[in-house]
Amino acid sequence: MSPALQGLITILIGVGGCLGYFYFSNQLLDKVIFPGKGPNAGRNINRANQVRPWLFLLPAMLFLSLYLLYPVVETLRLSLTDRDAGGAFVGLTNYQNMFGEEKFWEAMRNNMLWLFVVPAASTAFGLLAAQLTDRIKWGAIAKSLIFMPMAISFVGASVIFRLIYVARPTDQAQIGVLNALWLQFEGGAGSFLVLKVLPAIVLLSFAAMVAYVGYILLKPFLGRGASYSTFGSVLRVAGLAGAGYLVVTSLWQVVEIFTTQLSYGEPQQWLTIPFYNNFFLMIVLIWIQTGFAMVILSAALRGIPEETVEAAIVDGANPFEVFFQVKVPQIMGTIVVVWTTITLVVLKIFDIVFAMTNGQWETQVLANYMFDKLFRANDWGVGSASAIVIMLLVSPILVWNVYNARKEMR
Amino acid sequence: MDNIAGTKSSLTWAVHLATLALVLLWVFPTLGLFISSFRTVDQINTSGWWASMTASEQSEVLRTANPEEMRVADGDMFVVSGNLFEEGSEKVISTWGTSSLNISAYEAGDTADMGDDGTLTVQEDGSYVWRGTDEQISGRGERVFVTAKAPPEFTLANYEQVLLSGDSTDSMAKAFFNTLTVTIPATIIPIVVAAFAAYALAWMDFPGRALLIAMVVGLLVVPLQLALIPLLRLHLGIGIGKGYLGVWLAHTAFGLPLAIYLLRNYMVGLPRDIIENARVDGATDFQIFTKIILPLSFPALASFAIFQFLWTWNDLLVAKVFLIDASGDTTVMTNQIVELLGTRGGNWEILATAAFVSIAVPLVVFFAMQKYLVRGMLAGSVK
Repeated sequence: MSPALQGLITILIGVGGCLGYFYFSNQLLDKVIFPGKGPNAGRNINRANQVRPWLFLLPAMLFLSLYLLYPVVETLRLSLTDRDAGGAFVGLTNYQNMFGEEKFWEAMRNNMLWLFVVPAASTAFGLLAAQLTDRIKWGAIAKSLIFMPMAISFVGASVIFRLIYVARPTDQAQIGVLNALWLQFEGGAGSFLVLKVLPAIVLLSFAAMVAYVGYILLKPFLGRGASYSTFGSVLRVAGLAGAGYLVVTSLWQVVEIFTTQLSYGEPQQWLTIPFYNNFFLMIVLIWIQTGFAMVILSAALRGIPEETVEAAIVDGANPFEVFFQVKVPQIMGTIVVVWTTITLVVLKIFDIVFAMTNGQWETQVLANYMFDKLFRANDWGVGSASAIVIMLLVSPILVWNVYNARKEMR
Repeated sequence: MDNIAGTKSSLTWAVHLATLALVLLWVFPTLGLFISSFRTVDQINTSGWWASMTASEQSEVLRTANPEEMRVADGDMFVVSGNLFEEGSEKVISTWGTSSLNISAYEAGDTADMGDDGTLTVQEDGSYVWRGTDEQISGRGERVFVTAKAPPEFTLANYEQVLLSGDSTDSMAKAFFNTLTVTIPATIIPIVVAAFAAYALAWMDFPGRALLIAMVVGLLVVPLQLALIPLLRLHLGIGIGKGYLGVWLAHTAFGLPLAIYLLRNYMVGLPRDIIENARVDGATDFQIFTKIILPLSFPALASFAIFQFLWTWNDLLVAKVFLIDASGDTTVMTNQIVELLGTRGGNWEILATAAFVSIAVPLVVFFAMQKYLVRGMLAGSVK
């Protein structure tokens, strides 16, 4: 049977089966089990109405428990067993093996790097794009063009960016944009300005921004008698640690920029330069996720009461002050939502790394490490253990989301 | 909001320019792929796609006509004349030569004295005159190395190769239909299953409802990586194995949390009066659901459908684990492209075209249904 026909039949069975199930189970409930007639009509109708929600929920619950809940438990179990030993319980051996592997720590490091850079950059670009496009007539068109990469698959995007990064021997014409640009630099004053001074300025301003955020986080601790929750404090301390790390790293990078010798005039294999190649991969995801951030943030910006902006302008605030001190604080909640949503995508990132480098040249990430273990090394124990690590990284966001959803429902 | 306080912001121009720069930066990568997919192999290899609108310079080795057949007597000399290029060519020669050691020895219009081989004059448009004695004009045609500017040229040959050739390594046609076969049931079935559950969670009162909603919110973020091995084992264990059925089931399940969440949020916002009036008039829950809720929820259904469509169409991981077996008959486009990256890493005309074929459908859906996509995103994440 041809797959297309099979697909058609599946749609019919799936949709027809669902509708039929709901219709007939309702009929069965109302007519046979608890008939709404006779001596006990009232009681029966009540009973039927108590059962009915579960009829409506049953197929979805089956799917969710079999395909999402059961695997969480089963993966946890598998991570404690050894497949070669016939599934014997081996305790934490798999985790020990995994923690002993350099490739795992490389994946962890890279994932952390992704975790800082991608959500931050996507949110920042998204905020910029939202603020810019909301103020002009052709904003709608601009938005849809920036939003467009959302529709492109990670694999498609990887091909697009490999075309940008492609390098060819020196004597041939460069067909990758990045190398074509790179060859424009010959080491003169212009190159120094663009490749050394400019990145240094960008890094320094980034460090300053992070330091400022750190200062805001630190402020409540400096003030006397300020009240804050334990949970909030933990988040603040974590944020501070992250900010400190980022400031130190970026300052160190500034030093590095001025000390490294750049090989002008030679086409570069961008994806094979350790450490920096991570950023070339991240650009792909930033390119895709910026549109998402822009759409959500733009809606939030439009929801800001105009009076607050007007009042600020009347008080003599310049456009930058209006943006950073009036608008941004009001959409902080949305920024957090966007940030966490992108963080979730980042934690599960697989396709981009798989299609572009497959974890070579020190670009491994957790999801790809796991895929490697599962389907190349056939090591289900360590594979499951790394899946559990991903789950652990996701769970703070999971708790936070559930907490918020419950708060909202009350 | 520029004019709120009565002053026109001096930043307007900067805003226009910055937006334009940002848009160009974001469109540029896709544009590169799109244009490359219409260029010939030679063009892709000799110049960057950004130069495709201008003439590109190419070096070629060409040969004059065979003297044995084509030479014409001219006094006591013989002449072979003609055009180096095929008819209709719009190439313009800048320099040329007769030896591989110096391929740009002469300008267009110059006459080269080739000693034993007579003299050769080549014009800009490729027309040449080769003149010499009986002995000089003999043997094979003379080799000419030309450097010519070719005008911009676009071709559909890449698409023919990728879609119609049936070449097993390059062909995307089969993968295209496989992707379609995966996508459509995997988009429609979760909608039906989720709609009923969402209705129960939104409009029916029963103990444990809040807990179930919290569970759905929690499951929204569970990484599907966790599901891979247990489910693969399950599928292999109960005899589904690797195949379409497995991938449909998996996609349905992975899409359900978002579907239930989106639809419930939307249904809760529907006016209570309508539903209560219908109840008073004696409608059953099943009737309320099919006759009232479902039609009214169309925007939310459309939002989810687009999400699920884009997600299943663009998916690589689920297909790789649950669908694609060793035979490779059920490969999907994303997987096919990854394989092309391995086997055809340097053949950009094939890669670009294949990639564009795979992103064309999502792009069309995206531009046609953008309104619903945006609405769904806002409902799904702004709290």
